[in-house]
Amino acid sequence: MGDPSGARVPVTVVDYGAGNLVSIEQALVAAGADVRRAADASQIGDPALLVVPGVGASAPAMDRLRAGGFVPAILDWIAADRPFLGICLGLQLLFERSDEDGAQTLGVLRGRTVRLEDAPTLPHIGWNQVERVREHPAFNGIAPDADFYFVHSYAGAPVDRDVVLAETQHGARFTAAVARGSLLGVQFHPERSGDDGLRLVANVVRLAGAA
Amino acid sequence: MLRRRVIPCLDVANGRVVKGTRFVDLVDEGDPPELAERYAREGADEIVYLDISAAPEGRGTLLDIVERTARRAFIPLTVGGGVRSVEDMRDVLRAGADKVGLNTRAVEDPELVRRCAARFGSQAVVVAIDARRVTPTVTIPSGFEVVVKGGREPAGLDAVAWALRVVDLGAGELLVTSIDRDGTKTGFDTQQLRAISDIVPVPVIASGGAAGPDDFIAAVRDGGADAVLAASIFHRREWSIAAVKAAMAAAGLPVRAVPGAWEAA
Repeated sequence: MGDPSGARVPVTVVDYGAGNLVSIEQALVAAGADVRRAADASQIGDPALLVVPGVGASAPAMDRLRAGGFVPAILDWIAADRPFLGICLGLQLLFERSDEDGAQTLGVLRGRTVRLEDAPTLPHIGWNQVERVREHPAFNGIAPDADFYFVHSYAGAPVDRDVVLAETQHGARFTAAVARGSLLGVQFHPERSGDDGLRLVANVVRLAGAA
Repeated sequence: MLRRRVIPCLDVANGRVVKGTRFVDLVDEGDPPELAERYAREGADEIVYLDISAAPEGRGTLLDIVERTARRAFIPLTVGGGVRSVEDMRDVLRAGADKVGLNTRAVEDPELVRRCAARFGSQAVVVAIDARRVTPTVTIPSGFEVVVKGGREPAGLDAVAWALRVVDLGAGELLVTSIDRDGTKTGFDTQQLRAISDIVPVPVIASGGAAGPDDFIAAVRDGGADAVLAASIFHRREWSIAAVKAAMAAAGLPVRAVPGAWEAA
């Protein structure tokens, strides 16, 4: 995988203390990225792709993003339509606020993060089908209803339906992926989703490298 | 639809996979990351490491194997055994695990479950409940009693009440082991599983007693389990993960296809 010329694509992962970063970093490296970890905004550098991973609740995550000076950096990055990947909490934080703890979040996407409705089990943990509602190059080579690994109880509910890229059912249907311009957000964990997850990460890195 | 998970469990001591009966006569079975990667390739939906190192020096070694595993196996990893504090949990997650399992320590200090969930989220906290059948009493009305310290010591707690309590404290998943069945190859205790899965909202992982694919099917159908864990039948190659999943699919249970299987089909 990666660029056939051998040049690695520079990628920065935002480290705001939200748990396991090893997996996403290794998935990015396997995809041909040169990965840097930013503990505050000054360490973001000038990557081709900015990744915000994370699991857990919104309020402490927003506090840590603010403490690291990340909020204006992320907002500027997305406003300039530069390649961005938000994973799980990193997607939820793009919405306006979270019903989980009432936290005001980044507000890049219109809508709220809401509790999964009618879910037979919560948290929603395990592999589930990600059903695409439209095509996107990040999913090149991946079956239209491939299984990805989820671990969450809340999900973003976009007001603008045209940002929805894929949906998943656990009780009610919820938004599993969004895309707008160079922004991609996924509720599942590609770095924990085996071959298809690695394929998605590789597609995202390649797209960012070509942008 | 959410898939029913098949999870191989690796017992790890001092950095090596070991096998033995009830923690005795341990035999070295190889390098944990290497085996984890093999299971991932063969279709495992997650991996569980159970650290049974007797000595605390095993900790650094464990963190090293967690990190090496995260570099090779791109499926979820749970680490149980030896996590005694929020700091221990932080170290294990930072090394590359997605969840930790709390067992005896949760019984000794139930508030640890709350502290870990508050810090890292419920999704990262698996409480392992080892239980055995007893004659129902006022303290153990369900007839399933929690045991600790590898199944050696009764905790005097009702397993169903304990399950509700730890979920209330913030456990995001329960790993329920029948100590009566563990290592016996007589099938999972589906009544014990059902008593717990019916009453908690979180996913329940069945453990203890797997002999073959029919037991996995029963754990889901009769026990209401969301996931099924086994050790020896996979390590001894009595059954492959693919064979277990094929049987579950044939029984109408939703499972994730083994990687590469649908391309080849």
